[in-house]
Amino acid sequence: MSLLAEHVSWRRGGTLVVDDVSLAPKPGSVVGLLGPNGSGKSSLLRLLQGIARPDEGRVLLDGSDIRHRGRREVARSVAAVTQHATTDVDLTVRDVVRLGRTPHASLWGADRARDDEVVDAALAQAGLTAKADARWHTLSGGEQQRAQIARALAQEPRELLLDEPTNHLDIRHQLELLSLVRSLPVTVVVALHDLNLAAMFCDEVLVMAAGRAVTAGPPADVLTDGLIEEVYGVRCRVTVQGGRPTIAFAPPE
Amino acid sequence: MVGRERGGALTVTAALPRHRARRIPLVIVATALSVGLVVLTIAVALTLGPANVSLVNVRDVITNHLGLTDIPVRVAADAIVWQERLPRALVAAACGAGLGLCGVILQSLLRNPLADPFVLGVSSGASTGAVLFGVFGIGGGVLTLSGGAFLGALVAFGLVLAISRFTGGGTASFILAGIAATQFFSALTSLAVFAFADSDETRGVMFWLLGSLEGVRWDDVVLCAAVVLVGAVVAFASVRPLDAFAFGDDVAASLGIHVARTRMLLLVLTALIAATLVSVAGAIGFVGLVLPHAARLLVGSRHARVIPVTIGLGMVFMIAVDAVSRVAFAPTPLPVGVGTALIGVPVFVALLVRRRRRA
Repeated sequence: MSLLAEHVSWRRGGTLVVDDVSLAPKPGSVVGLLGPNGSGKSSLLRLLQGIARPDEGRVLLDGSDIRHRGRREVARSVAAVTQHATTDVDLTVRDVVRLGRTPHASLWGADRARDDEVVDAALAQAGLTAKADARWHTLSGGEQQRAQIARALAQEPRELLLDEPTNHLDIRHQLELLSLVRSLPVTVVVALHDLNLAAMFCDEVLVMAAGRAVTAGPPADVLTDGLIEEVYGVRCRVTVQGGRPTIAFAPPE
Repeated sequence: MVGRERGGALTVTAALPRHRARRIPLVIVATALSVGLVVLTIAVALTLGPANVSLVNVRDVITNHLGLTDIPVRVAADAIVWQERLPRALVAAACGAGLGLCGVILQSLLRNPLADPFVLGVSSGASTGAVLFGVFGIGGGVLTLSGGAFLGALVAFGLVLAISRFTGGGTASFILAGIAATQFFSALTSLAVFAFADSDETRGVMFWLLGSLEGVRWDDVVLCAAVVLVGAVVAFASVRPLDAFAFGDDVAASLGIHVARTRMLLLVLTALIAATLVSVAGAIGFVGLVLPHAARLLVGSRHARVIPVTIGLGMVFMIAVDAVSRVAFAPTPLPVGVGTALIGVPVFVALLVRRRRRA
């Protein structure tokens, strides 16, 4: 059940940024959203979070329309990490991760002991226990992104939505971050630019172009020379090894 | 005073290690210390001034008026303490707490460390209103200077909201709209003063614009205290949303915050607090901008700590500065807004240096 989109369309400033897209991730799987810049990946993620409302279709959380759920209630099930969220506020890593407890707090208080427990667990899962008292602005890009993921985990979500989380990271941190994401016991929907990373870490991919879903399925079935040329307009050669495709790009002629 | 407050606030730092069992008693101790410090500051402030009033006199006058005692006190001392200095110290405390609170809220909501209560356009709108209604008597004296200031402040805030709405509604457009409105109303005020006021009127307006607690009465105390109290309650209830805005609107929304609704509620709240305080005490600068930073330097960035520490710092700081402003150039009073910057800037720089040494 969990989180799914049924034929959602969203018109933003006169353009149809999401056009009749459906998505139903299997619980516990990692679904990659692929497609060129402006194809509607981020917009679809906003709809799935319920912070934007579709003009047509609906997003269901556990069988009921997300727009009828309270924002806090949604935030206890669905967490999101954006590309490069940063701050000028002088916070420690633990402070940042503790933000994830926001939807679990009531107006006048919170269960401090439980909050501390969840925050410690999230820090450990993201491999940041040793950095818990470090200041946010002293972290590397990869650590900042892991801290955001730990913050999302502190929400105790069942669904994790990631919008190009590997941007600005070097290749080792990209691989580490996606390995971490894959190891988490949550359903993941992740927008990615790098097709090889998507092929390596996703159970299924949804390829978008101009707001529409072009095709969907396991990476080995979907990521073919023809499709990549059609969607991205680049030439490449795809080889499949052990069920995972690898894409070698050719420079434009 | 300021040095002592630093000591008082530091106990708050000590009150917040991660050991849960010890936290609550220390918070109570810190609160009690802060309250004690505020009371002490008020008591000392009340003794300062031309007439000879001792701490014992101050205690006697206050307990007499509270109906606790019936100790004979000189009538002059009673009038000076109860009718003049005490209301003034209490309004100063409310201004320090309220403006600091506005600064904390706005710096979080607008994600801008330079935001202060007057980025809402409130202070310059108030000055225009004060000049038009208070000095030139537009509207046949229906509104006093304070009433005109309050109205002007709200008109300016409404204009800022409208401009920011039409220019995209983001935090950047809000700040730019605030700057535009501030400049516009300042120009209007200058134009009015330049074109129509005589030199006495000009001096009066200038004095008020710089922030002044001359002649505040118990009515003002009740009004300011009520507004600041409401503001403090809402702010304490909003510490989590205020924390959640650190990484911007999208992250706040994903944490379950109603971003637009929360921001509008808190903006209107800060505008009302700032407009009320400005209408009573004029545009006291510096406090709203810098006190939140001072509080953060002392206790870190979490609003559950920053808000109470800012309130405590603000009260003690403003009471002390106002008392000094009263006596420094006696019998000529110094506008308190001048004193806040003259005394506050060196203290703030010292705090910055201390942080650098610690880092």
